[in-house]
Amino acid sequence: MRLCDMPLYQLSAMLDEKSISAKEIAQDVMKRIGEANATVGGYITILDEKEIMESAQKTDERIAAGARRSKIDGIPYALKDNMCTKGIRTTCSSKLLENFVPVYNATVYEHLINAGGVLVGKADMDEFAMGSANENSALSFTRNPWDTKKVAGGSSGGSSATVASGQAVFSLGSDTGGSIRLPASFCGITGFKPTYSAVPRYGVIAFASSLDQVGPLTKDIRDTAIVLDEIVKYDDKDSTSAKIATNYAQNLNNNIKGMRIGVDASLVEATDEDTKAAVLTAIEKFKEMGCKIVDLSFNHNEIMVAAYYIISSAEASSNLARFDGMTYGVRREGENVIDTYVNTRSWGFGPEVKRRIMMGTFVLSSGYYDAYYKKALQDRTLIKHNFDAAFELCDCVLSPTTIFTAYDAGKKLEHPTDAYMSDVFTPMANIAGLPAASIPCGFAKNGMPIGLQLIGNSYQEQTLLNMAYAYQQETDFHLQRPKMTGEGEKDEV
Amino acid sequence: MKYEVVIGLEIHAELSTQSKVFCGCSTAFGAEPNTNVCPVCLGMPGALPVLNKKAVEYIVRAGLALNCEIANYSKMDRKNYFYPDLPKAYQISQFDLPFCKGGYLNIQADGKEHTVGITRIHLEEDAGKLVHTPGGTLVDYNRSSMPLIEIVSEPDMRSAKQAVEYAKAIRNILLFAKVSNCKMQEGALRFDANVSVRPFGSKSYGTRTEIKNLSSFKMLQKAIDYEYQRQVSMIEKGEKIRQQTLRWNESSNRIIALRSKEDAHDYRYFPDPDLLPVILSDAFIEDVRSKMPQMPEEKKKMYIEQFQLSEYDAEVLTANSELCAFYEEVLQDYNEPKIAANWVNVELMALLNQSDMLVEELPFAACDMAQLLQNIQSGKISGKMGKGVLADMFETGKSPEEIISAKGLSQISDTAELEKIADEVLANNPASVADYRAGKEKAIGFLVGQVMKATKGAANPQSVNEILRTKLNE
Repeated sequence: MRLCDMPLYQLSAMLDEKSISAKEIAQDVMKRIGEANATVGGYITILDEKEIMESAQKTDERIAAGARRSKIDGIPYALKDNMCTKGIRTTCSSKLLENFVPVYNATVYEHLINAGGVLVGKADMDEFAMGSANENSALSFTRNPWDTKKVAGGSSGGSSATVASGQAVFSLGSDTGGSIRLPASFCGITGFKPTYSAVPRYGVIAFASSLDQVGPLTKDIRDTAIVLDEIVKYDDKDSTSAKIATNYAQNLNNNIKGMRIGVDASLVEATDEDTKAAVLTAIEKFKEMGCKIVDLSFNHNEIMVAAYYIISSAEASSNLARFDGMTYGVRREGENVIDTYVNTRSWGFGPEVKRRIMMGTFVLSSGYYDAYYKKALQDRTLIKHNFDAAFELCDCVLSPTTIFTAYDAGKKLEHPTDAYMSDVFTPMANIAGLPAASIPCGFAKNGMPIGLQLIGNSYQEQTLLNMAYAYQQETDFHLQRPKMTGEGEKDEV
Repeated sequence: MKYEVVIGLEIHAELSTQSKVFCGCSTAFGAEPNTNVCPVCLGMPGALPVLNKKAVEYIVRAGLALNCEIANYSKMDRKNYFYPDLPKAYQISQFDLPFCKGGYLNIQADGKEHTVGITRIHLEEDAGKLVHTPGGTLVDYNRSSMPLIEIVSEPDMRSAKQAVEYAKAIRNILLFAKVSNCKMQEGALRFDANVSVRPFGSKSYGTRTEIKNLSSFKMLQKAIDYEYQRQVSMIEKGEKIRQQTLRWNESSNRIIALRSKEDAHDYRYFPDPDLLPVILSDAFIEDVRSKMPQMPEEKKKMYIEQFQLSEYDAEVLTANSELCAFYEEVLQDYNEPKIAANWVNVELMALLNQSDMLVEELPFAACDMAQLLQNIQSGKISGKMGKGVLADMFETGKSPEEIISAKGLSQISDTAELEKIADEVLANNPASVADYRAGKEKAIGFLVGQVMKATKGAANPQSVNEILRTKLNE
């Protein structure tokens, strides 16, 4: 297996053993980018090779001096392009920000700099993180590495596809309603959305502030634990940041005997045949490992998607108001200031973003606030209560991540809400602020990966990591790699 | 038919915290444009607000000073609208759960005491400032995210005079509470006036208009007077008052309509998800209360009871926080409250009034004034000389010591020197000496006068009197 296809924990051990150098890893990742970028895509900005190699060189010097900083020191990674990087343009995949170069770093990026990670590039995404197929990118494209005719999922499609195709060893994405888990599921990798407040949001360009959470996309749950140890940190620049003691990688263990897993059978029933079969098989696997299945019946499945779109659009309409061309970003001048606003925003935002802004503006308008926004907040409370009640009965909740596997790119949906309704399993974790993971649990008959979602109670990241770890010890879905076209000779490790 | 005016005020006061309300930038006034800024107050993508704890302490202090109820649970909301001075395109403010509610303030106006209800006080951020130049409009974001409190009154005022007295009393309270410097020339205190008229005796309110952004007491008075006249003449012509937002144009002394109710903004207030609700414990509120600076009412009581000042003196001193602070500073070096009050209220006030100056513009410090009073007390100079020295201090800003020595004013208290002069005077005026010795008590007055003349008034008359008597009785 080539270096670029290996998981982080393994590369890290090899760096410690000095059997490889950080430069070799970086070189192989760069090579893979050369092979895969034209077909898979996944990046908006790729850093200069010289810069990447210098960063790897510094790791090698630290290793030589016996001063490696962390397990991600020397590991090439990608950042979703909604995380501010000082001196490196940060676009949110929007025309409005195509020239925006931040003068400050997102706190998560600071943490990865301090840990010694090697930033390769800024990953593609749906514009302002709105979408579930990565087809709303205004500046780049991303396809599924398992079949480049198919979508990678979104909105962290670039973060997912680059990792799945070996163009990065791990990446950070952001998840507002499933934007880490959904593309992870489509691309056959492991995605993790931490508890709301666990990872600092400072410098992450907001979509919906009360739902957004940054998390890792990796090839193995052990990698997830390693990355979480670096990014789950209190930040005094984020008022919603929590103080949590973490030692996920060290505390990882596969003893999950006696764990109670809650399953709402109606969610499993709602999926396509292949997905249903894979998820049912996974449930059997957990039973074999000594877990108990607890039947759940959520009464919020119908209202959940509506509540999610109302709350997220309302917050987005306000969060995105600042993109008015006044102090940064692209400006389209008009006759007067109102014209300039109209010209800039009409030109700069894509159709999906405009739709959400209009929807959000509507639900917050006087006369409609009570009927929509306030009602959605009440639903949110109900969903939280439902999960509180569920966690009295079980230790985590299992469901499919998506209704179906990755579909053909460019497939026109009859109505935008059809796309919205496809996100039926993931937003509940955001609404309730809970940690949730998507891990590979099989392949459909057409060869596309299937994902399994695990939702834990607040701050019970370790429980989810252990469940996923135990599962990955017993299965090999996460070890499969897509075949890269244009791949040259196989390197032996 | 006669009409009465009904006025409610919204007063914006900038808090005097060191840093802005949601970031660490300095609040210093007068910096180069766009130098006191950071990603947060520039509304850069991804930047997040963090509430300044000091600002919360200050608004609670203001609320307590204005007899408000302090909320244990409060939250920040977003007020959404587009304007180039508002970098996030929303202002973080408070909608339905302000920090302070239900207060009041007693004021003296039109010869009576009035109680003005205070509906609420909420915390919000200021916007930047547009600067219009021949080359186009520029924005200075130094003011963006400066901490503001908005004090909303009930429609309890019935004359422009009452509104002005209320505004002045609010200013005084905020200064005493040390929460705002209230510098009106720097825009740290601004008023919006809600004005309506109704026939005397009517219980219902007329349609109100709102005059925005009045930045001085004079403007407040003029704008309300103008608006009252305008509304009355409209009613008398049978026209309907429209609910409008207005602006006072200072150069033309006229009111200009900004917008009417129909095109009022829908601000789409909703809770700011970037900021957590603020929970103020009773312990926190009590702590702020216990650390409250003394308020004017309290001070007045203390002045009367402990310092034995007259009601009038106590009132004058506490109606003006700068004067009061000056007075108390004088007392630190000169602990004679009654004498000091007299000098501050009478002599100093006379000088200030003559030249239309404010206490904070005085060219000398309170400790100089204290030094002057010490010199009088010790007999180094007479009270009459003191008044002259004070006038000089006022003119030149020089210290009393400097003035006294430069003018050779110091009273001669060296007894040996005085005795020598007294001997000469006695020797040169045998007739008066004889008169005195013959029982004409009044003759001593002439002799004292002669000694004073010889010393050019620098002798202490009392000492001279004593020396002469001793010598004459020998």
